[in-house]
Amino acid sequence: MRCGVLALQGDWEAHARVLERAGSETIAVRTPEDLEASDALVLPGGESTVVLRLLEREGWMDRLTRRLAAGLPVLATCAGVILLARDVTPPQASFGVLDIAVRRNAYGRQVASAIVPVRLAAGFEGPPTMEGVFIRAPRIERVGPDVDVLGWRGDAPALVRQGRIVAATFHPEMTPDDRVHRYFLHVAGGLS
Amino acid sequence: MMNFDDPKFRVKVGLAEMLKGGVIMDVTTADQAKIAEDAGAAAVMALERVPADIRAEGGVARMSPVEKIREIQEAVSIPVMAKCRIGHIAEARILEALEVDFIDESEVLTPADEENHVDKHRFTVPFVCGCRNLGEALRRIGEGAALIRTKGEAGSGNIVEAVRHLRTVQRQIKTLTILDEHELMAEAKELQAPYELVCWVAEHGTLPVPNFAAGGVATPADAMLCMMLGAESVFVGSGIFKSSDPATRAGAIVGAVTHWQDPHKVAELSVGLGEPMSGLDIAKLTPDEMLSRRGW
Repeated sequence: MRCGVLALQGDWEAHARVLERAGSETIAVRTPEDLEASDALVLPGGESTVVLRLLEREGWMDRLTRRLAAGLPVLATCAGVILLARDVTPPQASFGVLDIAVRRNAYGRQVASAIVPVRLAAGFEGPPTMEGVFIRAPRIERVGPDVDVLGWRGDAPALVRQGRIVAATFHPEMTPDDRVHRYFLHVAGGLS
Repeated sequence: MMNFDDPKFRVKVGLAEMLKGGVIMDVTTADQAKIAEDAGAAAVMALERVPADIRAEGGVARMSPVEKIREIQEAVSIPVMAKCRIGHIAEARILEALEVDFIDESEVLTPADEENHVDKHRFTVPFVCGCRNLGEALRRIGEGAALIRTKGEAGSGNIVEAVRHLRTVQRQIKTLTILDEHELMAEAKELQAPYELVCWVAEHGTLPVPNFAAGGVATPADAMLCMMLGAESVFVGSGIFKSSDPATRAGAIVGAVTHWQDPHKVAELSVGLGEPMSGLDIAKLTPDEMLSRRGW
């Protein structure tokens, strides 16, 4: 399985490093053609408005929409979650394939960014929490019936799964703990 | 000794990581900030006058007026940065109170302290600082900067100084990686940089924080050049709003930073941009006119 990492803007290199360490073949996805060569996709952290502008301007929308509808496995972190969410506040265009409502910059500006423990659902091996790096982070305010919550920041869902989509409002790529990436590779079918 | 594992520092560097592969644009009004955001800016830098105007008009250049910063924060959802004068710890505290997302302790403004920079460890808000060489970069990181940018020559529309600074930093990093460990203290003395940071760079072959480029970017090709020389993002000051068609040029520079490895794409992006800002011949500037000489 070849895992693409959307490399338009943001901390995509950090994701690529974790995936490679976990034993996955990884490619940087800079064009819609690169997307065709990917069996799974990571939507990294960065600025969601920037990535959205580039996707729109460079003719990605139809192709990515089709791949998502066809069940492309996706790991989305922070800005990536906003791109997939059904409902976004303040409003911004999104693919809407993940049945959650998300509030952008919900905790405030950078002075409110923090490293906070994320409590994991039963089923993850290892410690019951993992380090959650929240940078100008969004907050999930509603989850649909098909969405499983796998991690919490306080009472708010911070790690969720719907089918083959795994989404974290924090940055697992910025810690040595690679359980989220390994879980995603397992869900996507690339790691037994 | 600096502790890069300190959560407070990691969160600061975390935002810098999120800005990678993006363009940070100088803006002076809410309208300009909207144009920048719509064009795909990863962040905006709020300031009173763009560097080209500071250079032309002279006088003391200070932190942007508070109402301007607030107006810009209201107008956009992307991070808002603002500049304080070198060593002006009060402007820095006020910008932090305004909850700007990043402070640029910048040589573009008139220095407030000719000896000392701000002790950036004491702040919750992250700082970016300029450098001309590795020693300067490591002194700023030693003071707590979470992001480094080359100084270039702001407001000149001329990329030559940014290239000089990028190449110098990269060459000095490479040099450290091939030195014997017994040579590192002498090299730290030479660079005038903290010894522990010199050792860190020698071991890792990179700076401990992201390294962006700034100062003189006027075209998509200039931005592409900075990326080719190892910059991880680009700051554009006067180059956008001193050009004839800011929105189009801004979008093209964003595309060039994303696709810097694809010259065909950057060629297409460079079509129909109108006139760039006019540039200055650096050789004709007097030392006093060189903004990059401010700070140490």
